[in-house]
Amino acid sequence: MSARANPAAGADEVLRELMRDIELGAAATPLRARKLDRRTFMQLTGLAGGGLLLGFHIGDAQAAIAPAADFVPNAFLRISPKGSILIYSKGPEIGQGIKTAFPLIIAEELDARWSDVVVEQAPVNPAVYGRQSAGGSRSIPDSWDQLRQAGAVARMMLLGAAAAAWKVPVDQCTTRDSAVWNGKRSVKYGALVAKASAQPVPDPVTVKLKQRSEYRLLGKWYTGVDNHKVVTGAPLFGIDQSLPGLKCAVYEKCPATGGKVRSANLEQIKKLPGVRDAFVIEGNGKPTEVMPGVAIIADTTWAAFQARKQLRVEWDESGASKDSWKGIVERATQLGKHPTGEKTTISTGDTAAALAGAAKTVTAFYSYPFVSHAPLEPQNCTAWAHDGMVEFWAPTQTADRALQTAAGALGVPVERIKINQTRVGGGFGRRLMNDYVCEAGAIAQRAGIPVKLIWTREQDMAHDFYRPGGFHSLAGGLDADGKLVAWRNHFITFSTDGTNPVSGGNMPEQEFPAHNLPNYLLTQTMLPLATPCGPWRAPRSCSVAWVIQGFLHELAVAGGRDHRDFLLEIMGERRLLPGGLDTGRAADVIRLATEKAGWGGKLPAGHGLGLAFHFSHAGHFAEVAEVSVDQDKRIRLHRVVVAGDIGPIVNMSGAMNQGEGAVIDGFSTMLGLEVTMEGGRVEQSNFHQYPILRMPHHPKVEVHFIQSDNPPTGVGEPALPPVAPAICNAIFAATGQRVRTLPLSKEGFSV
Amino acid sequence: MSTLTLRINGNTRTTDVDPETPLLWVLRDSLGMPGTKYGCGMALCGACTVHVDGEPVRACSTPASAVVGKDITTIEGLATSPTELHPLQRAWIEHDVPQCGYCQAGQLMSAAALLARTPKPTDADIDAAMAGNICRCGTYQRIRAAIHSAAGQLAQEKSK
Repeated sequence: MSARANPAAGADEVLRELMRDIELGAAATPLRARKLDRRTFMQLTGLAGGGLLLGFHIGDAQAAIAPAADFVPNAFLRISPKGSILIYSKGPEIGQGIKTAFPLIIAEELDARWSDVVVEQAPVNPAVYGRQSAGGSRSIPDSWDQLRQAGAVARMMLLGAAAAAWKVPVDQCTTRDSAVWNGKRSVKYGALVAKASAQPVPDPVTVKLKQRSEYRLLGKWYTGVDNHKVVTGAPLFGIDQSLPGLKCAVYEKCPATGGKVRSANLEQIKKLPGVRDAFVIEGNGKPTEVMPGVAIIADTTWAAFQARKQLRVEWDESGASKDSWKGIVERATQLGKHPTGEKTTISTGDTAAALAGAAKTVTAFYSYPFVSHAPLEPQNCTAWAHDGMVEFWAPTQTADRALQTAAGALGVPVERIKINQTRVGGGFGRRLMNDYVCEAGAIAQRAGIPVKLIWTREQDMAHDFYRPGGFHSLAGGLDADGKLVAWRNHFITFSTDGTNPVSGGNMPEQEFPAHNLPNYLLTQTMLPLATPCGPWRAPRSCSVAWVIQGFLHELAVAGGRDHRDFLLEIMGERRLLPGGLDTGRAADVIRLATEKAGWGGKLPAGHGLGLAFHFSHAGHFAEVAEVSVDQDKRIRLHRVVVAGDIGPIVNMSGAMNQGEGAVIDGFSTMLGLEVTMEGGRVEQSNFHQYPILRMPHHPKVEVHFIQSDNPPTGVGEPALPPVAPAICNAIFAATGQRVRTLPLSKEGFSV
Repeated sequence: MSTLTLRINGNTRTTDVDPETPLLWVLRDSLGMPGTKYGCGMALCGACTVHVDGEPVRACSTPASAVVGKDITTIEGLATSPTELHPLQRAWIEHDVPQCGYCQAGQLMSAAALLARTPKPTDADIDAAMAGNICRCGTYQRIRAAIHSAAGQLAQEKSK
């Protein structure tokens, strides 16, 4: 298939740009220079006082009636005369805990008492807030200075107001627990709102920010700000949104990406009970926006789902995906017999000579499958075209980008698009794309009434942007002392346009251990693909870490070396490598994880320990798994010890929760999850064919952090990549069996 | 369409629906109670778990007509009152269980049914009772800890 005819190529182009933005933190930069003063804020929003928030969240009366007498130093904060501190969390909450972490950063610099703080989701307005996306574990690093400044500016104004009232110099006043103090006298922030509003707004880049030793809030254990609502079933999620006159919609697309609607039994569908309308949408052919399909609008979700079962569409599949996983595996296995591929990514030293002269060489062929994101909340979005605009209630990871994407897809000026952020029932990278937002908009434009588009679970699994599978043909060489001296990898991946690897299927030249070895050769071959791919939790790292860290263990074993010592030797001197890996921080987490796991100590009979390290998303993580395997190849994963360095921790509970979840997600995925395609169609449809790990099989997870003074970085992703190799290395330690194909279920393992 | 009368969280609710409509969609779309979640539609993930006469039931695969005359409890009715949460809900908050939170209504309902019949569950009891509920974020370790802690709290309250 030519690249031009391949719709997935368009998706890859969009995703390359998106990932560039994410990895560079580019979307955040304009704001860091922006003054967060009140006047600018009012100018940008065109609104004042409580009006700012009117109608931004269905049924959210509390925010809308906030009186204008409040102290509103910037778009992030509102302090009422009664002392309540309302903090707006600007980014999407996808389960990473950002709605608690962001306000904590502001509250720390504000010297607020946490119990005085109320948190609301901010309106989507990147002109005011800058980046309003959750991806690449970039939320904390990209917002850290901005949020600290927002809190510190407010604190300076409150301090100035109190000092002026007391007629004492500002430097004789301090702040803590939502109050300004001068010796033993104090005044609460709430009592200062009028005076503070009259204070000059300091330049945010000049305000003094706290040292880590001065923190009162950060680093402690906080429960999520929405937990009460979560446990009582409050309508937080996209799928929970409601509007007067709201109707429910389903949208059926060709199961093979790129298929178009030739005909459909629309007249029959329209007569079904509860169905209001049914129509074809041609779409714009972009998988990240609107692909061709049939929309059914009904009174209830159930009526729409039932009507979908009666829907008969004849698809024109001339331009559709014909991908076959079986065919891919055959072809890749053949290609893997070649030591090198079509294109050289990086070549250091003379790898061929070093391998030829090595005291010992090891070769191996590793393969892993495509996987789906499968967030538990299926894709959905509520949209309403009214008053010349299109308004959305969207569970998206990229609320800011959704404005532009929806505007483009719907042919509406971006000023006429409004996005309301809802809580997101799981992201994992799936909702970096806004296809379901664009679809809901297209349906709502045509319907003229508010509609809630809900994908069935089956549709969610059939129309993902999958984590690409991949194949690695490896060779490694050891010298007479068992030291690793050469590494060769022929990486077999995919391309939708013949030029660039698919999203999540790339391997950059700085990937470990490229810059740790004297002889290193990475080449790649790309197979054609028409299945859309996308970023899946720790994209690229989530798959290649398993290969790299598993093969390193093979080499350590071949050299008769202790894996920990072998890994530390490869790290070598403390230094910063291209791409950001700090070998000193790496060694520190490797030492911590092995120490906490009892590395080198006595284990129960039949147990094995496995170690792995990976650096991604600015996080250094080492993990040790303890495994036993019975005669029927049933695995028990007893324990996983995680050691990470992501700089200072904002919310200890949230950070540990991410570590625990990453381990369970990683185990779940490597154990039994696989997406296969035949005839361009994904063969898995629901959780019976996509067996996500359940309660009886989760390991005990222990998470430890080294709280360094490095800038804080994100924790949603980097704890995941080391899980799979640590477990496979432990399986080898326990059984002598090396796993080179995932999922484990394909190798006959179960739990 | 027919008129169904359902007893939900102690209240009598009447609605006109196709009697084959799963309870899940009657709750969510007809009665405005979206706390019970759609995850799979095939009783595979447990996100839609409610109680019918005290037993955990997957609302996505239970026709509304089958629960007429029975006592239905949803996540909205798990707490005694808005200010007095169920011990499990308190434990969920205390242990900061949720990540995305989408599965947690179903997890709580399964856990509440477990504690009602097994006030001091073992880990094996928890495994058996909770195996039908998927948490995509992987909060199982905290769910387990929260169930144990709520069970302990219930025992304390009873001994008073």
